[in-house]
Amino acid sequence: MQAEHVDIAHFLCEHAPFDDLPEEALNQLACQIEVAYFRAGTNILLYGDDINDLYIIRSGAVEMYRRDGELYNRLTVGGIFGQMGLLMNRKVRYPAKALEDTLVYCINVEFFNKYCDKFDAFADYFEANGTVRLHQAIVEQADSNDLTTAKVKSLLHRDVVTVAKDASIQHVAQVMTDESVSSVLVTDVDKPISDDPEDDDGQVVGIITDRDLRSKVIAAGLDYTMTAQAIMQQDLILLDSNAYIFEAVLAMLRENIHHLPVVVKKKPIGVISLSDILRYESQSSLLLVRGILSQPSVEDLAYYARQLPNVFVRMVNEDANSHMIGTAMAVIGRTFKQRLLSLAEEEFGPPPVPYCFIALGSMARDEQLIVTDQDNAIILDNSFDEEKHDEYFQKLADFVCDGLAECGYTYCAGEIMASFKKWRLTKDQWQAQFAKWIAEPKPQALLNSAIFFDLDGVYGKLKWAQELQRFIAIEGRNNKRFLANMAANARNRTPPLGFFKDFVLEHNGQHKRSMNLKRRGTAPLSDVIRVHALAVGSRKQNSFERLEDIIDAKLLPEGKAQDLRDALEYIAMVRIRHQAWQIEQLDEQPDNDLEPHLLSPFEQRNLKEAFAILDKAQNFLKFRYSANSGIK
Amino acid sequence: MAGNQIDWQKRYKQLENSSKNDCIKHYYRNAIFDGNTAISDVPLVALDFETTGLNFNHDDIVSAGLVPFNTRRISCSGSKHWLVNPKQKLDEESIVIHGITHSELIDAPDFSKIIEPLLAALAGKVIVVHFAPIERHFLYQALQARLGEGLEFAVIDTLELEKRALQARQGLIGRLFNKKLDSVRLGDSRKRYSLPAYQSHSALTDALATAELLQAQLAYHYRDDTRLADLWI
Repeated sequence: MQAEHVDIAHFLCEHAPFDDLPEEALNQLACQIEVAYFRAGTNILLYGDDINDLYIIRSGAVEMYRRDGELYNRLTVGGIFGQMGLLMNRKVRYPAKALEDTLVYCINVEFFNKYCDKFDAFADYFEANGTVRLHQAIVEQADSNDLTTAKVKSLLHRDVVTVAKDASIQHVAQVMTDESVSSVLVTDVDKPISDDPEDDDGQVVGIITDRDLRSKVIAAGLDYTMTAQAIMQQDLILLDSNAYIFEAVLAMLRENIHHLPVVVKKKPIGVISLSDILRYESQSSLLLVRGILSQPSVEDLAYYARQLPNVFVRMVNEDANSHMIGTAMAVIGRTFKQRLLSLAEEEFGPPPVPYCFIALGSMARDEQLIVTDQDNAIILDNSFDEEKHDEYFQKLADFVCDGLAECGYTYCAGEIMASFKKWRLTKDQWQAQFAKWIAEPKPQALLNSAIFFDLDGVYGKLKWAQELQRFIAIEGRNNKRFLANMAANARNRTPPLGFFKDFVLEHNGQHKRSMNLKRRGTAPLSDVIRVHALAVGSRKQNSFERLEDIIDAKLLPEGKAQDLRDALEYIAMVRIRHQAWQIEQLDEQPDNDLEPHLLSPFEQRNLKEAFAILDKAQNFLKFRYSANSGIK
Repeated sequence: MAGNQIDWQKRYKQLENSSKNDCIKHYYRNAIFDGNTAISDVPLVALDFETTGLNFNHDDIVSAGLVPFNTRRISCSGSKHWLVNPKQKLDEESIVIHGITHSELIDAPDFSKIIEPLLAALAGKVIVVHFAPIERHFLYQALQARLGEGLEFAVIDTLELEKRALQARQGLIGRLFNKKLDSVRLGDSRKRYSLPAYQSHSALTDALATAELLQAQLAYHYRDDTRLADLWI
């Protein structure tokens, strides 16, 4: 007859999560238990060992440690450990030691998985610690990603070549030839490196590249005896030697520069060039950006844009994170606009008054993916005269918007495009418009204009876009009613989670039951983050960078901003992988509609946890930004 | 300590040759007999009988429980539990202790029906009990009565090990003054190792409790490479 372990079953049914199991399942589980005794002071699990069981403490007490030996947790009767190792890679993550004489029950991983799949309450219990697990999932993902873990100093293979700022141009060219380098750093002896008395070169103040010699010296017929200072590029973007390679990629993409000086506390140690990175990063988002700028016509641009999906898929396959992919796609989108605008100016002549073309929404946030529509507008100089100048800007805007549509950036259904006259305003008009949105917030009006609170200059007078960003940051943070309205709007789009933490699916156009990862995931998360960012007066546009400002301002309870970051990263990556899969495997037009059964049970659980974080964050908005209390 | 050691290697050989029953012969043939084996390498099985009384001449087994284990893990999935219909009437006292009722036992099979699966479950493992005389004598008698042949076997007795441990702790002075040893009953022994008290006292629970006790005793008093010969009797 089948042995029944009554005492084990009794014990289990008094402790979560086993108390929720049906009696039959509980008895079956009791009969599968393995028991082990550990004398006080002995090791139960050692870091990195294989783990195949979930552990339940029947009697005694157990301490768990982090890898660095710091105490992580102390558990007593009924306590459970080992789940982290089981859920990750079957290796012990937190070593465990018996603090007292301890008897443990062990459940084999196969049974554990079976019960997780079969009983939701059982699975949910392990999800209660889900934020930790979600974070681990993201860390694991980063571990496998070279670009995000390798540092720029690993790309430096030769000693830095420098010249003094008062060296002659001819001397600079000789040094570059002798050293066979395409760039040199220019140093200033008058700016010593404070903590390095040995150093007699001074801080880096500029860079000179081959191209500078060609364009600024030879082409311009400049005197070779002039000093380096006269032709060097200033306003340098310096990379710390501890920066990650992906940060170098982001900087090059954003600034469209091909050389980045690397410094240790202001002391130059080398230069990273585009070719160094390309050798490292075979995906060619950087090359694509360069190629866009050399296309001679809209037709050529449209043809060139066809390789965009491949670049996207390659980045995904190379395990780039969502920030990198979002930035690369946004930079590519921005570059298309820049090229179209310069083509338009070639066709219609120079603009009658200065202007700034701005991107709105996801492109401004550097969170653009492959499926996107165009959201843009124009800031005009205050001297703009409608009768004299409007025809020009209408033609220019139509040219750009039509061109973008040909390149795959569909027209904005909400009519937020520069081709609509209402979104071509002068500097003063824009400021008045934002002042009105902020001072007299109306929910519906704000809902339609939320997208304007993510804005970034693309072409022309970029300074004007920054001035608007500053205006919004200063006006917005002090306005309680405005923030309350923004917060209310940010709670409109709820995550697709049901009451019992199951996925809520909708019918999409093709009658598939799916959930929209953008509308119900990344977009509402960005909305939540935007409200907090406005409250702390952040001028950042990217959600991850906004979160850094939010963390610095200590606006949220400890760990909440980090949870939001992990949730955004996870949902964004699921969305990105889904689109890459559609392009690569199905040869389909990518969309945001995910059928959750395509994910593994663990991925589903992580995704649910990410949605749960969004849900909590939306609830938090309600009490943090009520119009009557809270913010001073 | 190991003075009156039985040479189990020799004994099992003799028993195998003289045995006439296939089941019993099979048990002897597969018995572990090398006393030099390290305890951590020995497959073990904890065994417990519930009986109608303590006199093996006229009391009967009413249930048998066993749990296979080793020094690291006790495996509930391999455990077995049988109810057995006793020839002799149950007295009221033992019913209370075991929590088994008449009606359950009336439907239970005779011991002869469980001999084969019982011996199969014990084969190739060293038997562990708490207080060896009960299991040894009752099993011998039960088989003698049905097969005309009893079974002899080596055991590790957790009661015996507990006695040794308490005596070692008592020291010479204690022995000279003939100080009384603490209780070596199963539940009391378990308390000394912080093992939990079990509510039920079925043969299965007691077998599990015995297995846990041996793991604890080994963790406290013995090294992993302790020879089997130093433990069994």
